[in-house]
Amino acid sequence: MPSNAIVIKNGYVYDPTNGIDGEKTPIYIKDGMIVDEKAVKPADAHVIDASGCIVMPGGVDIHTHIAGPKVDSGRLLRPEDHRKDVEPRRQGTRSGVGYSIPSTFTTGYRYARMGWTTVIEPAVPPLKARHVHEEFNDMPIVDKACYPLFGGNWFVIDYIKNNDLDKLTAFVAWMIWATKGYAVKMVNPGGVESWKWGKNCDTIDEPVKYFGITPRQVVTSLAKVNERLHLPHTIHVHPNNLGHPGNIKVTLETLNCVEDIASQNGRDSVIHLTHAQFHAYAGEDWKTFSSAADQLVKYVNIHKRSTLDMGQVIFTDTTTMTADGPMEYNLHKLTGLKWVNADVELETSAGIVPYIYRKANGVNAIQWAVGLEIALGVEDPWRIFLTTDHPNGGPFTFYPSIISWLVCKKKREALLKDMHEFATSRTTLPNLDREYTMSEIAVITRAGIAKATGMMNKGHLGVGADADVAIYSIDPTKTPPSESPDAVEKAFKNTKYTIARGNIAAKDGEVMASPIGRTHWLDVKVPEDWTKAVYEDLKDKFVKYYTVNLQNYPVQEEYLASSAPRRMELTK
Amino acid sequence: MVQEIILVPKNINSKIPIEAEVVTPDSFAGKTTEQILNLSVTRGNKQLKLKDLFDVRGAKVDKATDLRIVIQGDISTVKRIGEGMTAGEIMVKGSVGMHVGDNMRGGKIVVEGNAGDWAGALMKGGEIHIKGNVGNYLGASYRGEWRGTSGGTIVVDGNAGNEIGLWMANGKIVVKGSVGQLAGIHMKGGVIVVQGDTASLVGGEMTKGKIIVLGKAEIMPSFKKEGQVPNVKAGEEGGEVINGPFVKFVGDLAEDGKGEVYVKA
Repeated sequence: MPSNAIVIKNGYVYDPTNGIDGEKTPIYIKDGMIVDEKAVKPADAHVIDASGCIVMPGGVDIHTHIAGPKVDSGRLLRPEDHRKDVEPRRQGTRSGVGYSIPSTFTTGYRYARMGWTTVIEPAVPPLKARHVHEEFNDMPIVDKACYPLFGGNWFVIDYIKNNDLDKLTAFVAWMIWATKGYAVKMVNPGGVESWKWGKNCDTIDEPVKYFGITPRQVVTSLAKVNERLHLPHTIHVHPNNLGHPGNIKVTLETLNCVEDIASQNGRDSVIHLTHAQFHAYAGEDWKTFSSAADQLVKYVNIHKRSTLDMGQVIFTDTTTMTADGPMEYNLHKLTGLKWVNADVELETSAGIVPYIYRKANGVNAIQWAVGLEIALGVEDPWRIFLTTDHPNGGPFTFYPSIISWLVCKKKREALLKDMHEFATSRTTLPNLDREYTMSEIAVITRAGIAKATGMMNKGHLGVGADADVAIYSIDPTKTPPSESPDAVEKAFKNTKYTIARGNIAAKDGEVMASPIGRTHWLDVKVPEDWTKAVYEDLKDKFVKYYTVNLQNYPVQEEYLASSAPRRMELTK
Repeated sequence: MVQEIILVPKNINSKIPIEAEVVTPDSFAGKTTEQILNLSVTRGNKQLKLKDLFDVRGAKVDKATDLRIVIQGDISTVKRIGEGMTAGEIMVKGSVGMHVGDNMRGGKIVVEGNAGDWAGALMKGGEIHIKGNVGNYLGASYRGEWRGTSGGTIVVDGNAGNEIGLWMANGKIVVKGSVGQLAGIHMKGGVIVVQGDTASLVGGEMTKGKIIVLGKAEIMPSFKKEGQVPNVKAGEEGGEVINGPFVKFVGDLAEDGKGEVYVKA
């Protein structure tokens, strides 16, 4: 049995990064990597016959709240979420619970069954980064990365106030190392700090309480630092004013404020707008609430400095959780539902509130349409990615449903008839005829995300890539996706095979193996005198304000079950 | 015409809890005795068959509405009897364990003895009559779930424990004996009648609904006294009127609540 060589034959391969669009090319795997045909002896290899199936790189989730203190508080808040979804242990798997906030092992299994092999936790409060990695260590099969939060951080704010870009650069590099993180994340920039005073930043020019700098300054400064450090992903931004009528204005201003910042990685983009659906609303109040997806799409198609992910809404009982503390407070007041609020010293806030998206609710119906409008409207599939901002829009287990909505207009029409008519009258969704091709689906669920996050060995099946492969039971020649949305949904729910770094992790909906996934992080070296100067500031603030010692703060590399650092160096 | 299927318990005296949620008219309907005997039950972490714990007698009954399950004996260690049932009857000639009739939608359960905690939890319809005493969390909601019982009627001839009707949204609970603390905690609707006494914290955090106490009650300072009324309606559908006079309290003010607690004057 222990042949670590696999050959996949006869499947329709979708590898958009390498220009393969449904051809029956064989895939050769050895030692966890995609290799050339010559590297594999057919007699030694485990042969998978993928006849009648499509073969794609393993899925990559660019933004999903699955690990860490906020996720854990969500689990504590919602025992009823556990009771309704129980997975007993089976051969080789642990038991687990949770519908919108599954336990860590269950999360790994569910992603693997769907053919996703890399997941990214997008909101890490640096003080509590250790717990993110603890949960990652208990999340089998999938590779991971995480984004530490910077948008309300006192060091960041002070360096911006003092116009000290060198120190800010060194600090960001240090913080990414200390948290074992992968990208620069900001949530409601500035607003999360104002929340510590019970206030917020509703526009990008509203000054942060006490400190006086603006969200605009936070976004632009961190964008410049990000590019200076040549970080593989752009800044990953959850703009101010999430979820409110008329917030398209703030969203467009946020995209616009970085328009002229040079990108140093040979890429066009300089900003990633996350869960764009929640930021694309028109109207003055809940009564006049309507979709502004067309405005966002128009801007994004003309100005090509951004990538986006959907943040699609699903009609179900889910849980909202975000570092955007004030937004969750407002949601609690709006719904009357139970609420968790958190404050992380010197760093950020957080909030958790259950939410039920209903078809009969006009606002929810519009929200459902907006996510699809954005995906169907953005012309370049390499710039828009499939997410639900799990669990905020809905559980990630609904990705197959979303895929079926994108590939088939008739399916969307049928669904529109079954919900509040605002989805028809206050959005442009009924007029959007586009149907995603299988190749485009591969882009928005894997290839494009790997490219946007600079994960060069993910999202494709070229030689040298990690051997992450998903084989789905659907024959595109016999069952054209645009005519069989239900078959598409069924196929993506449970792979025929999921291979994670050369291990057959899932087969026909059953987990077969639980290899430890690797945690990808960045180890960025910057000029020593910058780091030395930052250390003086770190020591000072830790003594004055933090409740922990500086020596105990960084996450040790040994803490990670499988550490996969990417070493980088910035020269002056 | 009601037909009976009789279950006689054997090997039931276990320290290890037994979960027998298959024992419902819905699940027995249309099955032969052989099929019923082979239904799965859980004892601790082991899967057993119903035949390991019960002898079963009675012919196949096609429809749940025509079926009465009679359990001839004490089953105080058996949980989840009648869970989610929609029709038919269950009669327990003895005591029953926890979670009897939880999530019930219709039909009727009668327990001659006592019932454990969580009887009628998250009930949506139907009737439960317990002739003995019940434990805590009668007609309550499970942890975290703010959408509580939404219908049905529970009558307890004996006493009940703490937190009856937790998060109740609709339906009716009548306890002829006395109840423990926090009766009607977080209540949002429905009616609770206590013919005996309540312990402290009655109506805690309630926002709507009615609690009617014929015995003694300790009312919290967060309830506003609104004078006396001669009688009170104890149900929505133009039903029962209970004669007072009652002192009427409104609260819980800590939740801006408009719940009503009536205490016999």
